[in-house]
Amino acid sequence: MSTPAPTVAALAAGLAKGEFSSLEITRAYLERCAAAQPALNAFVTMTNESALAAAAAADAARAAGRAAAITGVPIGHKDIFCTEGVRTTCGSKMLSNFVSPYDATIVAGLKSAGTVMLGKLNMDEFAMGSSNETSYFGAVRNPWNTAMVPGGSSGGSAAAVAARLVPAATATDTGGSIRQPAALCGVTGIKPTYGRCSRYGMIAFASSLDQAGLITVSAEDAALLLGPMSGFDPRDSTSVDSPVPDYTRTLNDSLEGLTLGIVKEFFDKGLDSGCEQRIRDAIKVYEKLGAKVREVSCPNLPLSVPTYYVVAPAECSSNLARFDGVRFGHRCDSPKNLTDLYCRSRGEGFGAEVKRRIMTGTYVLSAGYYDAYYLKAQRVRQLISADFARAFGECDMLVGPTSPTPAFRIGAKSDDPITMYLNDIYTIGANLAGLPAMSIPCGFVDELPVGLQIIGPHFSEARMLNAAHRYQQETDWHLRVPAAFA
Amino acid sequence: MSLTRADIENIARLARLELTEAEIPVYVDSLSRIFAFVGELDRAPTAGIVPMAHPLPGLAQRLRADEVTETDCREDFQRNAPKVEAGLYLVPKVIE
Repeated sequence: MSTPAPTVAALAAGLAKGEFSSLEITRAYLERCAAAQPALNAFVTMTNESALAAAAAADAARAAGRAAAITGVPIGHKDIFCTEGVRTTCGSKMLSNFVSPYDATIVAGLKSAGTVMLGKLNMDEFAMGSSNETSYFGAVRNPWNTAMVPGGSSGGSAAAVAARLVPAATATDTGGSIRQPAALCGVTGIKPTYGRCSRYGMIAFASSLDQAGLITVSAEDAALLLGPMSGFDPRDSTSVDSPVPDYTRTLNDSLEGLTLGIVKEFFDKGLDSGCEQRIRDAIKVYEKLGAKVREVSCPNLPLSVPTYYVVAPAECSSNLARFDGVRFGHRCDSPKNLTDLYCRSRGEGFGAEVKRRIMTGTYVLSAGYYDAYYLKAQRVRQLISADFARAFGECDMLVGPTSPTPAFRIGAKSDDPITMYLNDIYTIGANLAGLPAMSIPCGFVDELPVGLQIIGPHFSEARMLNAAHRYQQETDWHLRVPAAFA
Repeated sequence: MSLTRADIENIARLARLELTEAEIPVYVDSLSRIFAFVGELDRAPTAGIVPMAHPLPGLAQRLRADEVTETDCREDFQRNAPKVEAGLYLVPKVIE
């Protein structure tokens, strides 16, 4: 069955004109989700009943003249976000029976804006992965070729949007988990500035890097949904108290005079030549739109992956200490004593990659190693951050590849953690520096999508969305749908 | 850098993770490779560089007033607990 409309913007317009009701489109999307589940495994939990109730409520609000721009638009939530009364698993056996007693702040924000939740989307366990193969609920498949990974950790969100099972989905990005799957699935992804969207109710992985964002068909859709997700939240101690602009207002601004920086180090080695060509083509489109292009250098950026694999596991090992088999989550059978309860509950409840990261983090924080690893990494992080600050003195935003290759085969990299970690070589820098970044579709290599990454200065989301939107007015890569789901 | 079986057993103990016999050699291998990889950081000139403590420049952790703002949610929270009795979380006997 076909989608009622291709984008959030088109759905919002159709709802406003009364061309269809939220109940009608919600039913249509729920049917698409159910039909595609065996092929893609994009969802962990469907919430049909509450979705239909929310859609009916949205229609009633509209009839009463109380509709906002996106009232009645269905969306999916990554299963890392707590949703009141709904199972929230984080892709883990540890939380396979956890029913959240509250909503994450961004879930509540999108709910009060009138969106309708269709279900909870699959993901790498605790967001640790770049292929969506580490989920306790099974791998997600790429809609462009189901033998391929969708990327990760927000693989369910990206696959679902690419196959048009949902018009848009929430996602999170700690080292590229929004942008890399968006690139591999041919959809639009935005990771806002650190602190822009509240982390309250978003299950923590690495708290100084984690940020909530969106995977959508278009930049315009992201602009419509980002507002209700953003803003100060006293419940998140790193939430930033600064005004949220109307991201839709500046989408059509001219790019005349915009200076794009091409990061030399992103093109040094390891980038697939087909992907490089697509990126260079995209840069030409920007030049046609009036942007100036100059090369910039971020010499410490090649150290971002090793820096990340000290900082992120360290924070993960601290954050995941809360899973103790006592207050919530998996508990082992007949524990002999308290230590046995902790060790077996955690040993059984966590998957292989999560245990690897906890142990990496435990080691780098342990006595005698803290200075050599953790403090050293936080110093290099400062250097990487300074590289970006210097680059933004010479240009308005950076453009380059999101991922070194298009989607790879399921199983191809799962035996070697380092090879898997290097998928995020272009995305991790923005997390280390807290910068906003996007990935937008910019073509295909071997019938698989390629993503263009845009990285901006802190709180430049409006300008980035504007740049992405103008590109999407000139190209139609973002509107391509995999044949099997057209 | 190469880790030993004893290193992995010690890290797992610190992390309160029980590993199976089959998992130990896998982690000996992969953690050794990870630490060899992050060893690249040694090359970075970081003398005099202050470790980054907040991802946004100039911002520090916000403090809040020491006031009670939360309501009692014990019943809601304990619905997810593996074992409770009379509002208390049950664990194996700690003191013999």
